[in-house]
Amino acid sequence: MKHAFIAAAALVVPSLAFAQQIPAAPQATVDRVVKESFTKLPEGWAARLAQDETMQVCSQTRNQPSAAQADAIVARETKTVVFPADGVLLGDWKEGAKVAQNGRGGQFSDPPGTVSGGNCYACHQMDLKEVSYGTLGPSLTNYGADRKYAAEDAKAAYAKVYNAQAAFACSSMPRFGHNGVLTEKQIKDVVAYLFDPNSPVNTPAK
Amino acid sequence: MRRKATTLTCLCALAFVLGAPLVAAAQEDASEKEIERYRAMINDPMANPGYLAVDRGEELWSAKRGTKNVSLETCDLGVGPGKIEGAFVQMPRYFKDADQVMDLEQRLLWCMETIQGLDTKPLKARPFSGPGRGSDMEDLVAFIANKSNGMKINVVLDDPKEKEAYAIGEALFFRRSSINDFSCQTCHAEPGKRIRLQGLPQLDKPGKDAQATMSSWPTYRVSQSALRTMQHRLWDCYRQMRMPAPDYGSEAVTALALFLNKQANGAELNVPSIKR
Ligand code: HEC
Ligand code: HEC
Repeated sequence: MKHAFIAAAALVVPSLAFAQQIPAAPQATVDRVVKESFTKLPEGWAARLAQDETMQVCSQTRNQPSAAQADAIVARETKTVVFPADGVLLGDWKEGAKVAQNGRGGQFSDPPGTVSGGNCYACHQMDLKEVSYGTLGPSLTNYGADRKYAAEDAKAAYAKVYNAQAAFACSSMPRFGHNGVLTEKQIKDVVAYLFDPNSPVNTPAK
Repeated sequence: MRRKATTLTCLCALAFVLGAPLVAAAQEDASEKEIERYRAMINDPMANPGYLAVDRGEELWSAKRGTKNVSLETCDLGVGPGKIEGAFVQMPRYFKDADQVMDLEQRLLWCMETIQGLDTKPLKARPFSGPGRGSDMEDLVAFIANKSNGMKINVVLDDPKEKEAYAIGEALFFRRSSINDFSCQTCHAEPGKRIRLQGLPQLDKPGKDAQATMSSWPTYRVSQSALRTMQHRLWDCYRQMRMPAPDYGSEAVTALALFLNKQANGAELNVPSIKR
């Protein structure tokens, strides 16, 4: 599916707004509007208005980068992934379950000091017993078991959570480690939630 | 998806045997039923608390206020001074006197300032109602929007500034930013998706979802016990995007509302609706 996506994407470079041949708004105009429309910034939040190069390409192509753009993104984002210095990828799956459930953190309504969660259930099915899951991403049920708990797959999952776009350019999934939303420990815990044989993600529902 | 859920609940007893997915379907179906119940209340002004806001808004519209001690009744909402019927379904739109594309909320602030001589700073600082605190803006929008009921959303983009605002709204819809890399597209550009158990309308192109959505705002939010406007909805979506709060009446929100309304052209307005 990813390949079809990329091939089709090469053809679709939106230069005209859909409706009536309205020229697309120039990047500088859009950036100006954002700057002038979000003026009450909590301390340290100004950076949230700006886009890095990856965000810009994904926005302009509506998440359908050309093959060359996709390669450039994957190469750039791959360089950002920092694996744990101690080489241990799996933390505590019980803590990981909390990270996957927790959708708090980073919102202007959150009290300062709120610990951010990964909010994985917003988009993914994981433990079959959790019925409140979203469908923006694929089901991750049985994720580790399906991969025979292979070490290289756990490493790929760590990288995926650290920076989703190292594996898939313009993925809808946040770059949790790269953007500083989750700590190394939280990522280890959530990877354990996916790869620990005792995790309910890998336990068939009774 | 909804049809599937209904079929599955008929097998309710089986759900316990077969496990979680069916339980999920049954649970979704229960919340769907609840929402259906709310929808039935839309047409019943006695049961929808949003109509209290409509009544308050009507009083505010004709109340003499501000340093000039006059009412808003000469305010031109785009269809002629003092005329309310049909104004809301054509907004946001370009206003020559202000040389600006405005949504209803911006336009009301403009009329309050220029016609009534009212200080709008406190309104802009706290535009939404909260526990024990009402909102003039919510009440006025409820009243004025309600006067377009039965009419079709009709955003035309005649003026170059309207075209520009549309293009800006479109670009904002796809603009990824902040610490989760989200844009509106992340959550609203595919049919039948949900986040947790909340259904997500597809809003990136013209269609049923955009029409059903935009023809049902302003709405009475049961979970918030308040009448809410599109300004509030987009404020809340930017909150979920981990962006800062957009300024009330900002160019960005108006551009997005114009873009969304354009996708909803032809939908018959029925407000205030009532939602979760
Ligand atoms: C906003 C939506 C969203 C959130 C939140 C999200 N994901 Fe994803 N995820 C996706 C999408 C969409 C894909 C598929 C596209 C891709 O591979 O990038 C995906 C793919 C994945 C994959 C790869 C699946 C495969 O094909 O092998 C893993 C593993 C994963 N997510 C884990 C997580 C974890 C763990 C979290 C929470 C810490 C999380 N995701 C949060 C949307 C999301
Ligand atoms: C992280 C997810 C997410 C993002 C990003 C997001 N929204 Fe939403 N949106 C939601 C949710 C959840 C709802 C509420 C659905 C409900 O209450 O049932 C919603 C509701 C809405 C509604 C009202 C739908 C209705 O039927 O009443 C509109 C309009 C809307 N969003 C527009 C936008 C726009 C425009 C953007 C970008 C500025 C955006 N959203 C970004 C999650 C999101």
